[in-house]
Amino acid sequence: MRAAVITFPGSNCDRDLAVGLELAGAEVTRVWHKDVTLPEGIDLVGIPGGFSYGDYLRCGAIAANSPICAAVKTHAEKGGYVFGVCNGFQVLTETRLLPGALMRNAGLKYICKTVGLEVAACESNFLNNYEVGQTIQVPIAHHEGNYTATPDELDRLVGEGRVAFRYTDNPNGSDRDIAGITSANGRVLGMMPHPERAMEDAHGSADGARLFAGLIGAMASA
Amino acid sequence: MKARVHVMLKNGVLDPQGEAVRHALGALGFEGVDGVRQGKVIELELADGTSEAQVNKMCEKLLANTVIESYTVELN
Repeated sequence: MRAAVITFPGSNCDRDLAVGLELAGAEVTRVWHKDVTLPEGIDLVGIPGGFSYGDYLRCGAIAANSPICAAVKTHAEKGGYVFGVCNGFQVLTETRLLPGALMRNAGLKYICKTVGLEVAACESNFLNNYEVGQTIQVPIAHHEGNYTATPDELDRLVGEGRVAFRYTDNPNGSDRDIAGITSANGRVLGMMPHPERAMEDAHGSADGARLFAGLIGAMASA
Repeated sequence: MKARVHVMLKNGVLDPQGEAVRHALGALGFEGVDGVRQGKVIELELADGTSEAQVNKMCEKLLANTVIESYTVELN
Protein backbone atom coordinates (compact mmCIF):
# COMPACT_ATOMS: atom_id res chain seq x y z
CA MET A 1 0.00 0.00 0.00
CA ARG A 2 1.35 3.39 -0.97
CA ALA A 3 0.43 6.39 1.10
CA ALA A 4 1.14 10.11 0.91
CA VAL A 5 1.11 12.27 4.02
CA ILE A 6 0.68 15.99 3.46
CA THR A 7 2.51 18.65 5.45
CA PHE A 8 0.99 22.12 5.68
CA PRO A 9 2.70 25.01 7.44
CA GLY A 10 1.58 24.39 11.02
CA SER A 11 1.01 20.63 10.70
CA ASN A 12 2.49 18.92 13.76
CA CYS A 13 1.23 15.32 13.56
CA ASP A 14 2.48 14.64 10.04
CA ARG A 15 5.47 12.61 11.20
CA ASP A 16 3.35 10.63 13.68
CA LEU A 17 0.87 9.78 10.93
CA ALA A 18 3.66 8.75 8.54
CA VAL A 19 5.28 6.56 11.21
CA GLY A 20 1.90 5.01 12.09
CA LEU A 21 1.31 4.07 8.47
CA GLU A 22 4.86 2.75 8.08
CA LEU A 23 4.56 0.60 11.21
CA ALA A 24 1.49 -0.97 9.64
CA GLY A 25 3.44 -1.74 6.47
CA ALA A 26 2.67 1.17 4.16
CA GLU A 27 5.25 2.82 1.94
CA VAL A 28 4.91 6.50 2.79
CA THR A 29 5.86 9.56 0.74
CA ARG A 30 5.77 12.98 2.38
CA VAL A 31 4.09 15.67 0.29
CA TRP A 32 4.35 19.44 0.68
CA HIS A 33 1.27 21.69 0.57
CA LYS A 34 2.56 23.60 -2.46
CA ASP A 35 2.86 20.46 -4.57
CA VAL A 36 0.15 20.33 -7.21
CA THR A 37 0.15 16.59 -7.80
CA LEU A 38 0.26 13.48 -5.62
CA PRO A 39 2.94 10.89 -6.35
CA GLU A 40 1.97 8.26 -8.96
CA GLY A 41 0.14 5.18 -7.72
CA ILE A 42 -0.89 6.53 -4.32
CA ASP A 43 -3.65 4.48 -2.60
CA LEU A 44 -4.16 6.62 0.50
CA VAL A 45 -3.70 10.29 1.34
CA GLY A 46 -3.19 11.14 5.00
CA ILE A 47 -4.09 14.63 6.20
CA PRO A 48 -2.47 15.14 9.60
CA GLY A 49 -3.36 17.00 12.75
CA GLY A 50 -1.94 20.35 13.71
CA PHE A 51 -2.74 23.97 13.03
CA SER A 52 -2.51 24.33 9.27
CA TYR A 53 -1.87 27.97 8.32
CA GLY A 54 -2.18 28.92 11.98
CA ASP A 55 -5.92 28.09 11.96
CA TYR A 56 -6.40 31.51 10.33
CA LEU A 57 -9.95 32.37 9.21
CA ARG A 58 -11.33 28.94 10.27
CA CYS A 59 -9.55 25.70 11.15
CA GLY A 60 -8.70 23.96 7.89
CA ALA A 61 -10.17 26.67 5.62
CA ILE A 62 -6.93 27.86 4.05
CA ALA A 63 -5.54 24.32 3.75
CA ALA A 64 -8.72 23.23 1.96
CA ASN A 65 -7.90 25.75 -0.76
CA SER A 66 -4.17 24.98 -0.97
CA PRO A 67 -2.64 23.64 -4.22
CA ILE A 68 -2.31 20.04 -3.00
CA CYS A 69 -5.95 19.86 -1.87
CA ALA A 70 -7.20 20.12 -5.44
CA ALA A 71 -5.25 16.90 -6.12
CA VAL A 72 -6.66 15.32 -2.94
CA LYS A 73 -10.22 16.08 -4.08
CA THR A 74 -9.54 14.51 -7.47
CA HIS A 75 -8.01 11.46 -5.74
CA ALA A 76 -11.13 11.07 -3.55
CA GLU A 77 -13.51 11.59 -6.45
CA LYS A 78 -11.76 8.77 -8.31
CA GLY A 79 -12.43 6.45 -5.35
CA GLY A 80 -9.07 6.86 -3.60
CA TYR A 81 -8.69 6.54 0.16
CA VAL A 82 -8.28 9.66 2.29
CA PHE A 83 -7.74 9.76 6.04
CA GLY A 84 -7.99 13.05 7.95
CA VAL A 85 -7.12 13.21 11.64
CA CYS A 86 -8.04 16.17 13.85
CA ASN A 87 -7.05 19.23 11.79
CA GLY A 88 -7.18 16.81 8.84
CA PHE A 89 -10.88 16.16 9.62
CA GLN A 90 -11.44 19.92 9.70
CA VAL A 91 -9.73 20.20 6.31
CA LEU A 92 -11.98 17.44 4.90
CA THR A 93 -15.15 19.22 6.01
CA GLU A 94 -13.85 22.50 4.59
CA THR A 95 -13.19 20.81 1.23
CA ARG A 96 -16.73 19.36 1.48
CA LEU A 97 -15.38 15.87 0.93
CA LEU A 98 -17.17 15.21 4.23
CA PRO A 99 -20.36 16.98 5.36
CA GLY A 100 -20.83 19.17 8.41
CA ALA A 101 -18.41 21.38 10.29
CA LEU A 102 -16.27 21.36 13.43
CA MET A 103 -16.95 24.18 15.85
CA ARG A 104 -15.37 25.39 19.07
CA ASN A 105 -15.76 22.81 21.87
CA ALA A 106 -18.98 23.38 23.79
CA GLY A 107 -17.00 23.87 27.02
CA LEU A 108 -14.71 26.37 25.22
CA LYS A 109 -11.62 24.60 26.48
CA TYR A 110 -8.86 22.85 24.59
CA ILE A 111 -9.13 19.18 25.61
CA CYS A 112 -6.17 16.81 25.62
CA LYS A 113 -6.90 13.35 27.06
CA THR A 114 -7.60 9.77 26.13
CA VAL A 115 -11.28 9.09 25.49
CA GLY A 116 -13.45 6.05 24.86
CA LEU A 117 -14.79 5.58 21.35
CA GLU A 118 -17.53 3.19 20.36
CA VAL A 119 -16.99 1.61 16.96
CA ALA A 120 -20.23 2.24 15.08
CA ALA A 121 -21.91 0.05 12.47
CA CYS A 122 -20.10 1.46 9.46
CA GLU A 123 -19.05 -0.35 6.29
CA SER A 124 -15.51 0.86 5.75
CA ASN A 125 -12.14 -0.79 5.31
CA PHE A 126 -10.81 1.64 7.91
CA LEU A 127 -12.77 -0.32 10.54
CA ASN A 128 -11.77 -3.74 9.30
CA ASN A 129 -9.96 -4.79 12.50
CA TYR A 130 -12.64 -3.59 14.91
CA GLU A 131 -15.89 -5.15 16.08
CA VAL A 132 -19.07 -3.10 15.88
CA GLY A 133 -19.99 -1.88 19.35
CA GLN A 134 -16.56 -2.38 20.89
CA THR A 135 -14.99 0.47 22.85
CA ILE A 136 -11.46 1.58 22.06
CA GLN A 137 -9.22 4.10 23.82
CA VAL A 138 -7.74 6.88 21.66
CA PRO A 139 -6.42 10.33 22.62
CA ILE A 140 -8.02 13.59 21.56
CA ALA A 141 -6.27 16.96 21.50
CA HIS A 142 -8.40 19.75 20.08
CA HIS A 143 -10.18 23.02 20.64
CA GLU A 144 -12.52 22.82 17.64
CA GLY A 145 -13.89 19.29 17.63
CA ASN A 146 -17.57 19.97 18.18
CA TYR A 147 -19.11 18.21 15.17
CA THR A 148 -22.17 19.95 13.79
CA ALA A 149 -24.43 19.30 10.83
CA THR A 150 -28.07 19.94 9.99
CA PRO A 151 -30.56 17.47 11.52
CA ASP A 152 -31.29 16.11 8.02
CA GLU A 153 -27.60 15.59 7.35
CA LEU A 154 -27.15 13.86 10.72
CA ASP A 155 -30.10 11.55 10.01
CA ARG A 156 -28.57 10.73 6.64
CA LEU A 157 -25.13 9.97 8.14
CA VAL A 158 -26.67 7.69 10.77
CA GLY A 159 -29.12 6.09 8.30
CA GLU A 160 -26.42 5.36 5.73
CA GLY A 161 -24.05 3.91 8.34
CA ARG A 162 -21.46 6.62 7.85
CA VAL A 163 -20.80 7.34 11.52
CA ALA A 164 -17.52 5.50 12.19
CA PHE A 165 -16.87 6.38 15.85
CA ARG A 166 -18.96 7.80 18.69
CA TYR A 167 -17.65 9.22 21.96
CA THR A 168 -18.74 7.10 24.90
CA ASP A 169 -18.63 10.25 27.07
CA ASN A 170 -19.05 13.25 24.74
CA PRO A 171 -16.20 15.66 25.60
CA ASN A 172 -16.90 18.52 23.19
CA GLY A 173 -20.62 18.83 22.46
CA SER A 174 -20.56 16.99 19.12
CA ASP A 175 -23.98 16.27 17.63
CA ARG A 176 -25.02 12.64 18.23
CA ASP A 177 -21.64 12.03 19.98
CA ILE A 178 -19.97 11.85 16.57
CA ALA A 179 -16.17 11.50 16.66
CA GLY A 180 -15.61 10.36 13.08
CA ILE A 181 -17.53 9.93 9.82
CA THR A 182 -16.93 8.51 6.36
CA SER A 183 -17.87 9.46 2.83
CA ALA A 184 -20.73 7.60 1.12
CA ASN A 185 -18.26 5.09 -0.40
CA GLY A 186 -16.54 4.54 2.97
CA ARG A 187 -13.15 5.52 1.57
CA VAL A 188 -12.80 8.98 3.11
CA LEU A 189 -12.59 8.92 6.91
CA GLY A 190 -12.34 12.02 9.09
CA MET A 191 -12.01 11.75 12.86
CA MET A 192 -10.99 14.09 15.68
CA PRO A 193 -9.24 11.45 17.88
CA HIS A 194 -5.64 10.52 17.06
CA PRO A 195 -5.16 6.78 16.35
CA GLU A 196 -1.54 7.53 15.38
CA ARG A 197 -0.95 8.42 19.04
CA ALA A 198 -2.21 5.01 20.22
CA MET A 199 0.17 2.69 18.40
CA GLU A 200 1.75 0.68 21.21
CA ASP A 201 1.21 -0.07 24.88
CA ALA A 202 3.81 2.53 25.87
CA HIS A 203 1.43 5.16 24.46
CA GLY A 204 -1.22 4.08 26.94
CA SER A 205 -3.23 2.31 24.25
CA ALA A 206 -2.45 0.37 21.09
CA ASP A 207 -6.03 0.55 19.82
CA GLY A 208 -5.15 3.02 17.06
CA ALA A 209 -2.63 0.65 15.47
CA ARG A 210 -5.48 -1.67 14.52
CA LEU A 211 -7.05 1.01 12.33
CA PHE A 212 -3.92 1.26 10.19
CA ALA A 213 -3.34 -2.50 10.16
CA GLY A 214 -6.99 -3.14 9.28
CA LEU A 215 -6.99 -0.78 6.34
CA ILE A 216 -3.69 -2.01 4.97
CA GLY A 217 -4.70 -5.64 5.44
CA ALA A 218 -8.00 -5.06 3.61
CA MET A 219 -6.24 -3.36 0.74
CA ALA A 220 -3.58 -6.07 0.47
CA SER A 221 -6.26 -8.75 0.14
CA ALA A 222 -8.39 -6.72 -2.29
CA MET B 1 -13.37 50.59 -3.43
CA LYS B 2 -13.95 48.65 -0.27
CA ALA B 3 -16.23 45.87 0.81
CA ARG B 4 -17.06 44.90 4.32
CA VAL B 5 -18.15 41.31 4.89
CA HIS B 6 -19.96 40.30 8.05
CA VAL B 7 -19.82 36.62 8.88
CA MET B 8 -22.14 35.25 11.57
CA LEU B 9 -23.10 31.78 12.72
CA LYS B 10 -26.47 30.89 11.27
CA ASN B 11 -29.54 31.16 13.46
CA GLY B 12 -30.03 27.91 15.29
CA VAL B 13 -26.30 27.08 15.37
CA LEU B 14 -25.24 27.19 19.01
CA ASP B 15 -22.52 29.81 19.57
CA PRO B 16 -20.53 28.71 22.64
CA GLN B 17 -18.29 31.78 22.48
CA GLY B 18 -21.26 34.15 22.42
CA GLU B 19 -22.72 32.26 25.37
CA ALA B 20 -19.45 32.72 27.31
CA VAL B 21 -19.53 36.46 26.58
CA ARG B 22 -23.14 36.62 27.76
CA HIS B 23 -22.19 34.92 31.03
CA ALA B 24 -19.24 37.28 31.49
CA LEU B 25 -21.46 40.34 30.96
CA GLY B 26 -23.87 38.99 33.57
CA ALA B 27 -20.98 38.43 36.00
CA LEU B 28 -19.96 42.08 35.49
CA GLY B 29 -23.42 43.15 36.60
CA PHE B 30 -24.90 44.04 33.20
CA GLU B 31 -28.47 42.91 33.44
CA GLY B 32 -30.91 42.07 30.69
CA VAL B 33 -28.43 40.71 28.14
CA ASP B 34 -30.60 37.93 26.78
CA GLY B 35 -28.30 36.73 24.04
CA VAL B 36 -24.89 37.31 22.49
CA ARG B 37 -23.78 36.12 19.06
CA GLN B 38 -20.19 36.57 18.02
CA GLY B 39 -19.08 36.87 14.41
CA LYS B 40 -16.35 38.47 12.36
CA VAL B 41 -15.91 41.44 10.07
CA ILE B 42 -13.61 41.17 7.06
CA GLU B 43 -12.63 44.32 5.16
CA LEU B 44 -11.56 43.95 1.55
CA GLU B 45 -9.70 46.55 -0.55
CA LEU B 46 -10.91 45.92 -4.06
CA ALA B 47 -10.15 47.08 -7.60
CA ASP B 48 -12.77 49.58 -8.77
CA GLY B 49 -15.59 47.90 -10.61
CA THR B 50 -15.52 44.68 -8.57
CA SER B 51 -19.10 43.46 -8.52
CA GLU B 52 -21.09 42.36 -5.53
CA ALA B 53 -21.48 38.99 -7.25
CA GLN B 54 -17.69 38.56 -7.18
CA VAL B 55 -17.57 39.36 -3.48
CA ASN B 56 -20.39 36.89 -2.87
CA LYS B 57 -18.33 34.27 -4.67
CA MET B 58 -15.37 35.02 -2.37
CA CYS B 59 -17.67 34.49 0.61
CA GLU B 60 -19.02 31.21 -0.74
CA LYS B 61 -15.58 29.84 -1.63
CA LEU B 62 -13.56 30.97 1.37
CA LEU B 63 -14.66 33.76 3.70
CA ALA B 64 -17.67 31.96 5.17
CA ASN B 65 -18.35 28.28 5.78
CA THR B 66 -21.94 28.25 4.61
CA VAL B 67 -22.59 24.96 6.41
CA ILE B 68 -22.68 26.90 9.68
CA GLU B 69 -22.23 30.59 8.77
CA SER B 70 -24.18 33.25 6.93
CA TYR B 71 -22.70 36.42 5.50
CA THR B 72 -23.70 39.89 4.38
CA VAL B 73 -21.74 42.18 2.07
CA GLU B 74 -21.58 45.99 2.23
CA LEU B 75 -19.97 47.72 -0.76
CA ASN B 76 -18.77 51.34 -0.58
